[in-house]
Amino acid sequence: MITEASVLDALSGVRDPELDEPITDLKFISDLRVGEGAVDLRLRLPTPFCAPNFAYLMVADAREALLAVPGVRRASVVLDDHHTADEINAGMVGGLGFGSTFHSFEDTDGDSLDELRAIFRRKAFVSRQEKLCRAMLADGYSSEDLANMSIGGLPDSEAKVTYLSRRRELGLDVSATAPFVVDPEGRPIPEEAVVQHLRFARVTRLSIESNAGFCRGVLAARQAGAPDISEREATL
Amino acid sequence: MYEKDGEKYFVVDGHVHFWNAGPDNRNKYGKMFIDCFYGYHSALSPEEYLWDEEKFADYSEETMMHDLFEIGYVDKAIFQPTYLLDFFPNGFNTTAQDAVMADNHPDKFILNSSFEPRLGEQGLAEFEEKHKRYGFKGVKLYTAEWHEDSKGWKLNDDWARRYLEKCQELGVKNIHVHKGPTIRPLNKDAFNVDDVDHVASEFTELNFIVEHVGLPRLDDFCWIGVQEPNVYGGLAVAMPFIYSRPRYFAQIIGELLYWLDEDRILFSSDYAIWQPKWLVEMFVDFQIPEDLQGEYGTLTPDIKRKILGLNAAKLYDIEVPPEIPQEEPAMAGGETGYPERPL
Repeated sequence: MITEASVLDALSGVRDPELDEPITDLKFISDLRVGEGAVDLRLRLPTPFCAPNFAYLMVADAREALLAVPGVRRASVVLDDHHTADEINAGMVGGLGFGSTFHSFEDTDGDSLDELRAIFRRKAFVSRQEKLCRAMLADGYSSEDLANMSIGGLPDSEAKVTYLSRRRELGLDVSATAPFVVDPEGRPIPEEAVVQHLRFARVTRLSIESNAGFCRGVLAARQAGAPDISEREATL
Repeated sequence: MYEKDGEKYFVVDGHVHFWNAGPDNRNKYGKMFIDCFYGYHSALSPEEYLWDEEKFADYSEETMMHDLFEIGYVDKAIFQPTYLLDFFPNGFNTTAQDAVMADNHPDKFILNSSFEPRLGEQGLAEFEEKHKRYGFKGVKLYTAEWHEDSKGWKLNDDWARRYLEKCQELGVKNIHVHKGPTIRPLNKDAFNVDDVDHVASEFTELNFIVEHVGLPRLDDFCWIGVQEPNVYGGLAVAMPFIYSRPRYFAQIIGELLYWLDEDRILFSSDYAIWQPKWLVEMFVDFQIPEDLQGEYGTLTPDIKRKILGLNAAKLYDIEVPPEIPQEEPAMAGGETGYPERPL
């Protein structure tokens, strides 16, 4: 018996690659039907002009997540009201890759999409690291402390868990002795460069967070047909 | 001109449109496109400035003149054309359409044009013709636009560089580059701003204004801005955050002031997506929240004056009335920095 909770749990692992947040939190799910061995999901993105490559990544990831839920034998993920919805939906039914899906007017291949995903994984990592450092600075650590810390020395927090998951996704060392503040290639940042590193990482985080805020506002307006300004801003 | 608390501000709106996206001039993609714009409009505008969809798709000349110049404090507005002929049979807002409006109201508008490097030699000749006719000083470019088999282009492509050489020769010195939402499937990363970096160091006589300050790639944009003194940031799309997401707005402005500086940021409304009246009023009233001032400093009237109009006036040789103070500010805000020490 497939439960809606188990399906939603699986979908919470699917993120908008650019916003680094689960599609469940972003309210991209417009309809979900759970039946005997089958799940039908509809996704609605903030605007019909959300870049198709990102739309495709989310639809494909959602489908994969659904098929990994025990008991699910058939999963259908359909994109609502997107200007390339027809192509993406047909591509999903046929099990085609992005390149084949857009073959009629596109000459891309899977590599470029993987590259795009990799760019955003690096950015997500940089941003999560900065967020964690910022929280630690607020708790009394100095920048020297951060520069000399290893993973094992990190205090427990939700931010740490998210950070480590992004770090793991990049294939970087997450063992207790691995240095904490590193660049996306895993190279440790020297003590004297930590502040400048974080200063730049802060812009990456801001970029991701403000874009997520923008998308949320647009989606809310689209769903409600009215402005949504009541939603609270993420506080830092 | 806007005046508040004894301070005067000369206002140049760096990015405006006079579009026709009504039912008589759009296909199904055109409808999606204007719906998308309407989403931005309704998501980020204060309620009293909301239009209905019909008006938003096709507003009148009178409406625009009223919103910009009668109530919106704008002294000069810069037309940035957007052709989109695949979606809107007569174009969304072309140079020719904008020119009619500009002619009707002398001294109010600055007319920019555009070029399409994939048209090669013939396009280059046409561009020169167009320049002879309209005499523009700036162009707006969409590198993510499709053309026949091409899925977009880069500013440092061979042909694009030929066009930029032509711009330099003709004195078309302001190159506005749209790095933003894509409208077609793309195998390339359309937000990528690397190509701006290449041409900015090659064409040092030209100014490259990255529209939407590179959002959602503010970080990549800032990185280029640090290295290239002729790279500017246009605030279209970032501006309305001032109302619905003021903390993000404060941080975006704060980062731009740090990585670029106060001389390279340009105000724009992106009319008719948003209206300059409330943006100007809120910006003049705006201050970095206290808890962020340690990192970002504060905004002084001099900084605001530069962003609202003086920076664009310099780029476009616009005469600024003598009552507007133009001296260099003594010290912009406080000491800014990353919180190195415990907060």
